[in-house]
Amino acid sequence: MGKVLMKGNEAIGEAAIRAGCLNYFAYPITPQSEVAEYLSKRMKEVGGLFLQGESEVAVSYMLFGAAACGERVFTTSSSPGISLMSEGISYISGAQLPVVFVNIVRGGPGLGGILPSQGDYLQATKGGGHGDYKLLVMAPASVQEAVEMVMTAFPLAEKYRNPVMIIGDGLIGQMMEPVEFPDHLKSEPTNKDEWAANGMDTRKSDTPNIVKTLHLDPKILNELNLTLKAKYERMKQEEVRYEPYNIDSDYQVLIVSYGTMSRVCRTAVDDLKESGFEVGMIRPKTLFPFPEKAVREAAGKASCKVVISIELSMGQMVEDVERSVLGQRPVEWYGMCGGDIPTPEEVMDAVKSLV
Amino acid sequence: MPKTFKKPEALSDQKTHYCPGCTHGVIHRLVAEVIDELGVRGRTVGIAPVGCAVLAYNYFTFDFLEAAHGRAPAMATGIKRVRPDLIVFTYQGDGDLASIGMGEIIHAANRGEKFTTIFVNNAVYGMTGGQMAPTTMPHQRTTTSPFGRDVADVGMPVKMAELLSALQTPGYITRQTVIKPKHIVRAKKAIKQAFTYQLEGKCFSLVEVVSTCPVNWGMTPLDAIKWTEETLLPYYQLGDVKTPEN
Repeated sequence: MGKVLMKGNEAIGEAAIRAGCLNYFAYPITPQSEVAEYLSKRMKEVGGLFLQGESEVAVSYMLFGAAACGERVFTTSSSPGISLMSEGISYISGAQLPVVFVNIVRGGPGLGGILPSQGDYLQATKGGGHGDYKLLVMAPASVQEAVEMVMTAFPLAEKYRNPVMIIGDGLIGQMMEPVEFPDHLKSEPTNKDEWAANGMDTRKSDTPNIVKTLHLDPKILNELNLTLKAKYERMKQEEVRYEPYNIDSDYQVLIVSYGTMSRVCRTAVDDLKESGFEVGMIRPKTLFPFPEKAVREAAGKASCKVVISIELSMGQMVEDVERSVLGQRPVEWYGMCGGDIPTPEEVMDAVKSLV
Repeated sequence: MPKTFKKPEALSDQKTHYCPGCTHGVIHRLVAEVIDELGVRGRTVGIAPVGCAVLAYNYFTFDFLEAAHGRAPAMATGIKRVRPDLIVFTYQGDGDLASIGMGEIIHAANRGEKFTTIFVNNAVYGMTGGQMAPTTMPHQRTTTSPFGRDVADVGMPVKMAELLSALQTPGYITRQTVIKPKHIVRAKKAIKQAFTYQLEGKCFSLVEVVSTCPVNWGMTPLDAIKWTEETLLPYYQLGDVKTPEN
């Protein structure tokens, strides 16, 4: 299949099917309802499952149930919905279940707005629900990348037995771009007989599998948390993804930016370059694990005077940037979070004002 | 002489943590006997609730999930939708099902999800220490209604079986108890009927079992049975409330 022009939300739904996931539970919320609308039709065509739950809370446990009996499953939602699912995400993380979540982020707090935002960075990367857990978080900058991230999310979730979240701002869900669905990203679900509560007959066993999160013995609970921590450390070793841009130049300013915002920044970097002002950029594709080393090394370049985190929030990723730069250079922030996206000119002004 | 009475295969050897006089043990056994008789142990997945029965998976010998407070029906929906061939049941108390999980049970029942719920109603939160439940009786004292349930303040006890039966989607909803042998026989029949409807892919099924909690009621086990008969059963009347045929 060649390239087709698709809306981001519909492409995300199609990508899950192409990846080999035929189970989808969801609750409508703007600006991602098109995924549910698309899949309510499409799942019928491919013999998959579509179910509209009564709330995001319920959906998160439908995902738990489906994943606990070993089936591939995913959902999509937007910020307030993800808050409601966060209870279930904590249980899913504690039970070590592979589930894929897509958050088409809208502005907050509260109902906020329905326009693009990156205000859920901290919620996605630092938790959101209760307890010590982390999600593997990826952030696409185009519809094509959203498709590829969704397709790779399923084997990653299974590799780590951990939920994976794709976090796209509202624009990624709403805009139309040409996409293709790479066949090589289709994957077979892993065998889950070792732990899945899929009925003893299914795995020809007489030993029950129990999927649970209650561990009253402090030693056992501590061990579980150490196991989780070891997974997160392994993600830091094996899953960091980012894109450097104009990083070979003798840049004075290093931008760190992701998602839709990074596309505006890229234009600003190009325009500034034409006027002889060199700016480098690191675009994290994984928000957790964060490309700490790449940012640290890029900030340490002799020509670099200052680092700026540019994001559609009031300064969330900047905390990870500061943590990565380790005080080598000053770290600044620029952004908006009402739903408007800064123009390349505004980004250029913000960058030029630093030096 | 052949054995005429033995432990069901679906029940494990573990001693339960349930208090003396509590009827969870009897209800566990009935579920296990039904699973044995239907020959479905190898394809059954149980869902334990939050509350006294949270450790139920220790007492059965088949696959189990442990739910968050009230969310068991959503989990059961998740399993049953992706694996309709599995036999799935939730085991929930009154705080779990009638309070925090009210939304989940109503919508699962209304969608006609083909799983079974065993709803153990003892009119009190057990595990958390005897607090008032949605099913606590008027004037009943609990640790959060120390002067007795004031219905002018917090409303009347919820009759879950009747409430769910008001839904137009076909289902099997019945209320039973296990305080006397004759009740136990009827309760087992109802549980078997519920699982049979599930096996046939017919409808959602829920068996409410009016149960005792001597410890949190502050009674001896015998007084608890008496109180159940005199106070609970006139309000929570026994029998089928809804069948898929009507």
